[in-house]
Amino acid sequence: MKAFSGRAVALALVMASSGLAGTAAAEDKVVNLYTGRHYQTDEKLYAEFTRQTGIKINRIEGKEDEIIERIRNEGANSPADVLITVDMGRIWKAEQAGLLAPVKSATLEQRIPSNLRDPEGKWFAFSTRARVLIYAKDRIKPEQVDRYEDLASAALKGKVCVRSSGNIYNLSLLASIIATQGEQKAEEWAKGVVANMARPPQGGDTDQIKAVAAGQCDVAVSNTYYFARILNSTKEDDKAIAAKLAISFPNQADRGTHVNISGGGLVKTAPNKQNGIKFLEYLVSDEAQRYFANGNNEYPVAEVKTDNKVLEGWGSFKTDKVNVGELGRNQAKAQAIFNKVGWK
Amino acid sequence: MRHRPGGLAVTAAIIGVLVAIPTLGVLGHLFRPSGEAWRGMAGTVLPGYLLNTLWLLLGVGAGTAFGGIATAWLIVMCRFPGRRFFEWALTLPLAVPAYVLAYVYADFLQFAGPVQTALRDLFGWSAGDYWFPEIRSVGGAIVLFSVAFYPYVYLLARTAFIEQSVCAIDASRTLGAGATESFFRVALPLARPAIAAGVALALMETLADFGAVAYLDVPTFATGIYRAWFSFGDQAAAAQLAAALLLFALGLLLIERTSRASRRFHQATHRYRALPSFHLVGARAWAATAICALPLLIGFALPAAILLRFAVLSGDAQWGERYFVLTRNSVVVAMLVAFFTVALATIIAYAARNERSPLVRWIARLAGMGYAVPGTVIAVGILVPMALFDNALDSWMRSLFGVSTGLLLTGSVAGIVYACVVRFMTPGMQSLEASLARITPGIDGASRTLGAGPFETLRRIHRPMLRGGLASAALIVFVDTMKELPATLMLRPFNFDTLAVQTYNLARDERLAEASTAALTIVAVGVLPIMLLTRAALRARPGHAG
Repeated sequence: MKAFSGRAVALALVMASSGLAGTAAAEDKVVNLYTGRHYQTDEKLYAEFTRQTGIKINRIEGKEDEIIERIRNEGANSPADVLITVDMGRIWKAEQAGLLAPVKSATLEQRIPSNLRDPEGKWFAFSTRARVLIYAKDRIKPEQVDRYEDLASAALKGKVCVRSSGNIYNLSLLASIIATQGEQKAEEWAKGVVANMARPPQGGDTDQIKAVAAGQCDVAVSNTYYFARILNSTKEDDKAIAAKLAISFPNQADRGTHVNISGGGLVKTAPNKQNGIKFLEYLVSDEAQRYFANGNNEYPVAEVKTDNKVLEGWGSFKTDKVNVGELGRNQAKAQAIFNKVGWK
Repeated sequence: MRHRPGGLAVTAAIIGVLVAIPTLGVLGHLFRPSGEAWRGMAGTVLPGYLLNTLWLLLGVGAGTAFGGIATAWLIVMCRFPGRRFFEWALTLPLAVPAYVLAYVYADFLQFAGPVQTALRDLFGWSAGDYWFPEIRSVGGAIVLFSVAFYPYVYLLARTAFIEQSVCAIDASRTLGAGATESFFRVALPLARPAIAAGVALALMETLADFGAVAYLDVPTFATGIYRAWFSFGDQAAAAQLAAALLLFALGLLLIERTSRASRRFHQATHRYRALPSFHLVGARAWAATAICALPLLIGFALPAAILLRFAVLSGDAQWGERYFVLTRNSVVVAMLVAFFTVALATIIAYAARNERSPLVRWIARLAGMGYAVPGTVIAVGILVPMALFDNALDSWMRSLFGVSTGLLLTGSVAGIVYACVVRFMTPGMQSLEASLARITPGIDGASRTLGAGPFETLRRIHRPMLRGGLASAALIVFVDTMKELPATLMLRPFNFDTLAVQTYNLARDERLAEASTAALTIVAVGVLPIMLLTRAALRARPGHAG
């Protein structure tokens, strides 16, 4: 080995590290964002806010549970202004932990339907995504999959693909069934789905969709934006997958399709409160709402016309308007039921 | 000679405690009341997690031992096509993070993936007509971890085989033992301590992994800790599980240490000459080539090729200037961690060598535990005391001087560096202790007799002699840090992304093809230090330090 000079290395390291970070300093025109959103297409969403307001966005992206843990530990000195999650269970958890401050804003109240925001203004939904069924056109008739309950019916034995129970989207779905049907019915449903699985739960939503296209199963559970991404894709592989599949928005004749949110709120200890509120208000503006749809195939919460042909083509549908607090409270029960019935 | 604890022992003790704090901090929740949701989990899923972990440890232990021993023995004792190439290339899988192997193979080998699709097209099969190994299973995880971690065993076993006194092998051959018999009855038992040390490292990595097992849907102990802490908010349950995990780890560490300690007694002579080698010909030669090619293919060549194909066809849309920043962040953090780990490990290893107090030895052991602890657990263990310290300092400064210091350390690069130093102290210390052991205590004695203190001896005598060992330690920690994900994800400052974070974010968004670009960059940046490391290891010859 060449000579290994400790001092030279130390010097180089100090010089190199001084160029890093240091961005969270006390600037006036900044907003500090702790976010569970992990969509690359959001870059444009953030850039547009800075262009409009001159306020710079500092971001930490991560897993929601860890981010909430971090804000909690950072305490009064936390630099976090705004917390954003991609699931209602988590934003409820943050609210329960007392991390969020009430925000009074005519803009937010006017643009967001009342069932998609906290009555006290501690959190607001900015986009929604439905948990839908994707099925093989050649093997399944639409009426076989028009309710979540169908997933547990004997007719679909060995035909269902769904991801694992630790996944938050599945937890929220079961929490909604607990809320509307009661614990016992929910457990029977989960048991029935496990009995119908084509394979043990594995992979993400996209993997389930691909498994239906490849013929391993006939129906999959997925969030809308994963399927819309495939339908909007220009890749040949994706086009071949899309050609074989169709979508079902379940329970249109009764309680409606389960819808989850991506939402956020102002952190109680926010050092830049005004900028934080400005950012929340920006997220419901026409431009921002269009970014959610055009960039990441999510449904806007405000009434805007988007350029997303797939979403517009699906049209509007009836949603399950179950109370978000109830969903949050049911998360632990949902996990317990999944564990009990052996939903991996 | 000395009875009062010297400055060195005290320094080592302080460092050891600092390194142990994050792990011990998590255990601090041990006696809190346990939550209700968690109790339901203990009766239902936990036994499965435990069983998965045990199978993984058994499988990865056997896999890395077999792969490492077979390749090392062939490389040292035999001549066959490609031997010179394999001698250094066999360490290349160290550059590929285990979670990247999981991303690549889960997609490649699943039902809807290219391999099974091609088979179905070729033979006209459909679902249920054929059997295909399930990659998302304990077996799949065992194979992936084995190819990811066998190089630890290979490197150590290779050195052990080279260092074995030729006389022992000669004697066994003279006594009429064949090549196979001398291997099983002489060479293997002599190398056993080195092999055990390598396997212990591989198993600690396996215990600490969360990313790969989560992606493969094989819940383990690490999964249990994570769910208890984050999904159920039940710190007590998480701490209890972490305590159980640490017991495993401590057991592995003890095996590793006692193995290495007993190694000294196996060296019968200090006379060395080049080992005789068996010229393999024909089918046997090609079999040897195949045995060396297989782990290299699965652990490096194939995943790298798949990533490259993805990256070229549909790589990251953000490829460009951003990648310069990502790479710089990754490299600088890895360099900082390598520097501090090696500096601190030197002090601890040196104190453990010189001080007879059992306290120092125990501290050295505690300092090494972090290697088996999932990065997220260490991150929480650091976040809690660090934020406490920052907030206490802030209110103290406010009350005294009316100045707010805010969060000084929390959310700074220092937090990440701290976490990684804690995580990677063991592999750092390991290669240092190995080369420290080659310096005879007589040299220390001579230096001390001439009036030099322990620090001066360290600086003027040992450092120059340890250069090779220091470099190896630095390189291995550097590569490990490049691959590190969970602690960075949780502790990083604003707008501070690394290659590992970019890979993870895209994979989490189910954009595997795009994630390939960042993953491939991690591998590419890791290859150079690994080649340097291997070169240093190859040059190290018995009888010479380093």
